[in-house]
Amino acid sequence: MSKKTLIVVGNGMVGHHFLEQFCASPAAADFEIIVFGEEKQLAYDRVHLSEYFGGSSHADLAMGTLEWYTEQGIQLHLNEQVTGINRENRTLETPRGSYRYDELVLATGSYPFVPPIKGNDRPHCLVYRTLDDLDAIRASSEGARTGVVVGGGLLGLEAANALKSLGLEAHVVEFAPRLMPVQLDADGGALLRHKIEELGVQVHTEKATTAITEGEDARLRMNFSDESFLETDLIVFSAGIRPQDALARASGLEIGERGGIVIDNHCTTSDPHVHAIGECALWEQKIFGLVAPGYTMARTLSSALNGDRDTAFTGADMSTKLKLLGVDVGSIGDAHAQTPGARNIRFNDEQAGHYRRMVISEDGKTLLGAILVGDNSHYDTLLQYALNGITLPENPETLILPESQGGAPALGPDALPETASICSCHNVTKGDICGAIDAGCSDLGSVKAETKASTGCGGCTALLKNVVDSELEKRGVEVSKDLCEHFPYSRQELFHLVKVNGIRTFRTLISQHGKGHGCDICKPAVASILATCWNEHILATDHVPLQDTNDTFMANMQKNGTYSIVPRIPGGEITPDKLIVLGEVAKEYDLYTKITGGQRVDLFGATLSQLPEIWEKLIAAGFETGHAYGKSLRTVKSCVGNTWCRYGVQDSVGMAIRLEDRYKGLRAPHKVKMAVSGCTRECAEAQSKDFGVIATENGWNLYVCGNGGMRPRHADLFATDLSDEELIRTIDRVVMFYVRTADRLQRTSVWMENLEGGLEYLKQVVLEDSLGIGAELEEHMEGIVGTYQCEWKTAVEDPEKRKRFREFVNAPSQCDPVQEWTVERGQRRPVLESA
Amino acid sequence: MKPRTRWEAVCTVDDLVPESGIAVWTEEGPVAVFYLPHRLPALFAISHTDPFSGANVLARGITGDLKGEPVVASPLYKQHFSLLTGVCLEDDTVRVKTYPVLLDGNQIRLEVRANQRESIAA
Repeated sequence: MSKKTLIVVGNGMVGHHFLEQFCASPAAADFEIIVFGEEKQLAYDRVHLSEYFGGSSHADLAMGTLEWYTEQGIQLHLNEQVTGINRENRTLETPRGSYRYDELVLATGSYPFVPPIKGNDRPHCLVYRTLDDLDAIRASSEGARTGVVVGGGLLGLEAANALKSLGLEAHVVEFAPRLMPVQLDADGGALLRHKIEELGVQVHTEKATTAITEGEDARLRMNFSDESFLETDLIVFSAGIRPQDALARASGLEIGERGGIVIDNHCTTSDPHVHAIGECALWEQKIFGLVAPGYTMARTLSSALNGDRDTAFTGADMSTKLKLLGVDVGSIGDAHAQTPGARNIRFNDEQAGHYRRMVISEDGKTLLGAILVGDNSHYDTLLQYALNGITLPENPETLILPESQGGAPALGPDALPETASICSCHNVTKGDICGAIDAGCSDLGSVKAETKASTGCGGCTALLKNVVDSELEKRGVEVSKDLCEHFPYSRQELFHLVKVNGIRTFRTLISQHGKGHGCDICKPAVASILATCWNEHILATDHVPLQDTNDTFMANMQKNGTYSIVPRIPGGEITPDKLIVLGEVAKEYDLYTKITGGQRVDLFGATLSQLPEIWEKLIAAGFETGHAYGKSLRTVKSCVGNTWCRYGVQDSVGMAIRLEDRYKGLRAPHKVKMAVSGCTRECAEAQSKDFGVIATENGWNLYVCGNGGMRPRHADLFATDLSDEELIRTIDRVVMFYVRTADRLQRTSVWMENLEGGLEYLKQVVLEDSLGIGAELEEHMEGIVGTYQCEWKTAVEDPEKRKRFREFVNAPSQCDPVQEWTVERGQRRPVLESA
Repeated sequence: MKPRTRWEAVCTVDDLVPESGIAVWTEEGPVAVFYLPHRLPALFAISHTDPFSGANVLARGITGDLKGEPVVASPLYKQHFSLLTGVCLEDDTVRVKTYPVLLDGNQIRLEVRANQRESIAA
């Protein structure tokens, strides 16, 4: 029997997903498959389009590869537009030829709606949907200062983000009285607007554009119906989408009144041999403008073409969770409470910028919908309640209240029924995940590979991990705490082995307690332990090969293989003479110079062989290493304190310098930051540090285990009104206890959260000496303080150690050929590889 | 036809650092030479250029073994490269060039392509 022909028109996300499904099904063997794509590129991820300006390329966004299409035997015609369908002969036409089909799939997607405004066809009036559109926007942004997005919906805000990442002053013009009118209510819209305006995007609501004319101060002027106007250099229309149904319309297929190719529950059109999926399809008078329903249609159609008439498309959940310009927004189910009798519970914290609304049924038992702005951490739990009809707790408001006000913790994975949908993009339920685990998947990676869960939009990643961890635990799979394949111990256990047995080299430790030769996980961890226990120079011959390059060469490697240098500036206090030396050295070696967040100066672009010469000069001027490369104390930030400030109550600079000099060089599981503020105004931001000290009338308050960066955490108040000596003794104990008991690469914040008993336990150990180790911890710290040496001073004075800094050992004058430079804002920086 | 090669002396034993790498300059460009004294053979040479960043840094990575295979971890983005085959363990479509290396008296020699002039002379 000769094969039949299946033609797919459209190579977008949904078209591609259909091919993936269909090619893996038995019916694929009966068909030759031909695919037509209007765009030049293979299907790519439109959901993350704005990342294109953040440095992603088509390759990053691509859904599949040419190799995959070849392997499947698919005839792929990109950049070839289908111009007509003849349903009677079952053929379709393109400028290059005529093709016969047995089954035809239309996955033509949608096109951006451009409102009929006079002047909307002027140059620099653009749309936002394809990579070509983005290239056009980028080209138009050359020489432009401002950009306007028409449309304040989901896509409009994405487009505004794109304009912002191109460096334009971005405006959003919306016809409705609020942003995202479909998903949000008045309060949610107002909060979103406030947050977005704080980010520098100007929002104009209730504006109807009447005409676009030539601008006076910019390229274009938008005239509004209220007589006001706005000048801008480019305009992006993002006022909604319209189904791309022109082909179907011309061929006489049934089309909805307001557009869209009419389909039945099996995604078949009014012609039994023509099918439609995705945004071009109209099901029960509804168009679905999200990717997940499109994927569901693709799966339904693939089943139907395999003769399965039981699988049907029955509509789709339109809940969405996203980050727009960095602001969390979530909308679930009946967000506008249109169900008769529906009741609302609202939580609105204007101070924190959090808005949450639950829509619940008349009997108070089920969640119908929800709106979240500012914080999506409740989204997963609420979605599970809504989708699975889980009975609400007696006081449903606890689901959206902050924990401090009696809020309930998130719904645990155990509470979810087997039918709970975990990944809506790939339609994976909790039952599917349990099935995959029972079939042999034993970690997150293999569950993802097996079920495809969390490989679509990625919104369910955290939930998936929780479900997998919980199910693995239930099956008695122990999550391994081993450091790596060479040591069956945690960092803390290794610390004890080293300390108790007096082990001084990696070789001894691995031969007695491990196996193999080590790796880049265990070697630096052991080096850190050895340094803490014995405080030998990190360039002692035995220790060199254990360190990360930053530790080995005592500088921070940058992307082109050069290093940056951060000399210590204790407490941020520096004399003019030393500042001049930094300037002179930077000038001599043409180093890019930047002030760090920790009140220091970072000098970038030194080659390996320049490092010792540069340090010779810095040391001669009285500088010491700043350990910016090490898992050790970085900086003690301070405000100016009572020596100058009229509000200061203690000498914060003096204390910061004392602390920095005391703890410098100490090796720890991760970097440690400190700060000292001279009064309660907290100008040194001490509460975001591992150790924060704030002056009081009577002494010092100590805060511990705070963090900035990726996972911010406010430090906890640990002790109050301490004298100088009490403060130092307390910090000694906490630091040493952390160094001895934390895991590899565990910051103090995570360490404390994982410590059984948490803050209270830590207080007992340190303040009440409940373990009786207080004196020992202090003594250990005294020993380390006493043996401190500036690693750079030791290194430049030792010819053997200096040999390590040769770029090429056999060619001292050879420059590294890949280090290419350009000048920007008066300083040298590496040439970036072209994207 | 195999291109003509020659054994270029690149450094001496004293330049090597046990359990670690050094970089040398050859006619073919920068090469990383590793000395793992607890293995036999103990010398390995691969390209010094990290294919993921384009930077010449591989000699400055941490060495070790993964499931028995001697490897170096790129100091920039931490991918592991086999010292035997040059293949990247995280992405086997990427590999760096490996070079035959031998100890000749006190000299470390690498087998590199001979340039035109020398191959005629040879």
